[in-house]
Amino acid sequence: MAVYLLRRGGEGVIVLALVSVLVFALIGLMPGDPIDLLISADPDITSEDAARLRALYGLDRPLYERYLAWLGDALRGDLGFSRLYSQRVTAILWAPLQNTVILMSLSLVLGLLVAIPLALVAARRPHGPVDVTVNLLAFAGFSVPAFWLALLLILLFAVTLGWLPAGGVHAVGDPSLESRLRHLVLPVLTLTVLNAGVYLRFTRGALLEVLNEDFMRTARAKGLGLGQALLRHALPNAMLPLTTVVALHVGTLLSGALVVEVVFAYRGMGKLTYDAILANDFNLAMAALLLATGLTLTCNILADAVYSWLDPRVRYDD
Amino acid sequence: MVRWLLAGLLLVALGATAPVAARDTLRIGVSQFPSTLHPSIDSMLAKTYVRSMTLRPFTGYGPDWELRCFLCTELPTLENGLAERIERDDGSVGVKLTYTINPDATWGDGVPVTTDDVLFTWRSGKHPESGVANREVFTNILDIEVHDSRTFTLEVDKLRYNYNAINGFLVLPAHVEAEVFDAAPATYRNRTRFDTDPTHPGLAFGPYRVVEVRTGEYIVLERNPTWHGTTPAFQRIIVQTIENTPALEANLLAGSLDMIAGELGLPLEQAIAFEQRHGARFQVHYETGLIYEHLEANLDNPIFQDRRVRQALLYAVDRQAMTDRLFDGRQPVALTNVHPMDWVHDETVPTFARDVERAKALLEEAGWTPGRDGVRVNGDGVRFSFEFSTTAGNRSRELVQQFLQAQWAEVGIEAIIRNLPPRVLFAEHLSRRQFTGMALFAWISSPESPPKTTLHSSMIPSAENAWSGQNYTGFANAEVDALIEAIEVELDREARAQLWSRLQYLYATELPALPLFFRANPHVWPLWLEGVTPTGHQDISTLFVEYWRVAD
Repeated sequence: MAVYLLRRGGEGVIVLALVSVLVFALIGLMPGDPIDLLISADPDITSEDAARLRALYGLDRPLYERYLAWLGDALRGDLGFSRLYSQRVTAILWAPLQNTVILMSLSLVLGLLVAIPLALVAARRPHGPVDVTVNLLAFAGFSVPAFWLALLLILLFAVTLGWLPAGGVHAVGDPSLESRLRHLVLPVLTLTVLNAGVYLRFTRGALLEVLNEDFMRTARAKGLGLGQALLRHALPNAMLPLTTVVALHVGTLLSGALVVEVVFAYRGMGKLTYDAILANDFNLAMAALLLATGLTLTCNILADAVYSWLDPRVRYDD
Repeated sequence: MVRWLLAGLLLVALGATAPVAARDTLRIGVSQFPSTLHPSIDSMLAKTYVRSMTLRPFTGYGPDWELRCFLCTELPTLENGLAERIERDDGSVGVKLTYTINPDATWGDGVPVTTDDVLFTWRSGKHPESGVANREVFTNILDIEVHDSRTFTLEVDKLRYNYNAINGFLVLPAHVEAEVFDAAPATYRNRTRFDTDPTHPGLAFGPYRVVEVRTGEYIVLERNPTWHGTTPAFQRIIVQTIENTPALEANLLAGSLDMIAGELGLPLEQAIAFEQRHGARFQVHYETGLIYEHLEANLDNPIFQDRRVRQALLYAVDRQAMTDRLFDGRQPVALTNVHPMDWVHDETVPTFARDVERAKALLEEAGWTPGRDGVRVNGDGVRFSFEFSTTAGNRSRELVQQFLQAQWAEVGIEAIIRNLPPRVLFAEHLSRRQFTGMALFAWISSPESPPKTTLHSSMIPSAENAWSGQNYTGFANAEVDALIEAIEVELDREARAQLWSRLQYLYATELPALPLFFRANPHVWPLWLEGVTPTGHQDISTLFVEYWRVAD
């Protein structure tokens, strides 16, 4: 197992290196460079100014040279400065990373806490009234557009009822835990509804599949009630496909909540990455995208480990 | 589980009523966060919005669009003797300008604003590695002679019509920044204290100073105790960034914000709808300004080369109906690129009110006759069809496009809409002159600004000039070139007005671009706020923030 994980880790490093080349090339090949964007905002910038600024920012050098320079600095731990915020990339990343991890972890856990019990209830009587209702809720959950749900929640809880703030990470000048929690409620609720819908469908499907297995019939024949059989035998087996879905979902943690972050003015990694790419902020975009890639790879490796823990039949050759 | 969730939600909501802010704090919503707070590095409206509260330019335009002193005590003119014409041996004509810094101007840490600051600003601004994007205001200055700690004389390379306007010369605190700059000019842009220590009191001498910055979220400003002018009414101003404008509106309605900045706030159509729904609770003020929406056709395309065709394109559309229907009449139709508020504006130019028959006649004269499918064709069988682009996702422009497309179709002209992301449109399609048809976008100018970069023939982007200049249409007219050059050096106001009239007449008849309308900024204020003066030009409302107050 340890050797397997080490090998996967090694492969991950290679994937990260390849992704860094690809991302750098893709951003570099996008139409217009940062100076073009500057010129479109200030028509008085002369061609001499443009040439001077390109040289200053190193944009007059070939893409591969710029990549090698970036790579050299990155390997020394220097991720450079962000053009978008005129600060060190490492200083900018920390707060949005924290915000996103909190937001996504809470919505992921709550999503699972809502989805698994509902799936168990639904699986007890497939196609019965409860199952149909739960299915309907699941479809509604993952079909509803995030921005629409978010705005609806803002209108209800912030504008009409005045219970919760409409956006932000915390109140201005009040970074207390209470303020942060109040600001988290609506974005977490939005993402939980979206996540729960997806997890609910997967868990229910997996449970129904397991219910038809021979060992389930044996369990029932031995006198176990349906509820007991579902909890003790069906659920652990149904967790395998759900683990895959969650692992893939966690991988999108750092970039997946863009819409929610935008609507709730919640400063997270999704919006930061999007802005960095649009503004041709190479250093920031590279760091943010590689972080997301690294997390995806890590989650997949962890999922492999979890498979083995959930199902003793799963073994990895050392 | 659901019950637990609801219970949790209610618990968090308890006591969650939005706090009613005392009226000594003003919370402003904007849709953009500044990339830097350094006055000269990068040009961004969000920065100007904040910076105008903390710093003041030497000179700038007031709400009346007239040049005035902000940091100086008196505008130098040839008449008052503070400006002096100089003729050099090489035949060039320059000017010497003497300014005096307001004697009460003091940085927030108590250090007076002096000529040391002026010298440092000039030295760093003209340095090629400082990161300053547009160095013109610094490189035009050949020398600075210091008379005392407050008075200095600039020697400027050329005597221009606006010789005493040094609006872009934003003084930097030498006692805070010089050490940082001198250590390594090439990395100054990354180490300036405006970004590394933005709450340093020595970075502001305006009515407010920055006391807190949350990158990407908000900036908090508080009254600057060393400010020498009128004491502002609000102790604190919070400028909060919410990029999504429906969310911006929701925050205003929820009471998290007091107002939305007009310069960086709601799109016009959203503001109109907002006013209809919530007009009783807020003041909505529409200020038209120097953002000029227009159409540019690539004049290398034979279809557009005939002036009669360009005139027919304008005759075919009802621009007044367009702005009435789409923008509630809030955006005035443009006759040329000169705004009606500009003193050089000439309203006697041809106006091209909608005249479909005239449009058809002009097209016939130019050789375009109706084709079998209703689209006109010329003698060579070429259909009058072109690609029509604008910035994808800009709802206002997309509506305008559809309006124009429908009206042109009535006279047999086919416009095929193909919109592009802004960066593709500006960075390649236009600036590399890759467009073959027409583009809809806006230019931003300043009061009495000769349109050299957009109309002079030397400003047609090409590989030879490294794609500089913004004359994307490829318009070349010797008289227009001569007029622009003459305006730049004509000092007599009356004579300059004549030149401007002729230039506008040529613009309105030659139609290097098809004028549509001047954009309006919707400012949303609470009912209790008064004294905000939107200007419509680049010297924006926060330059007069000390006059904002709570209504009695």
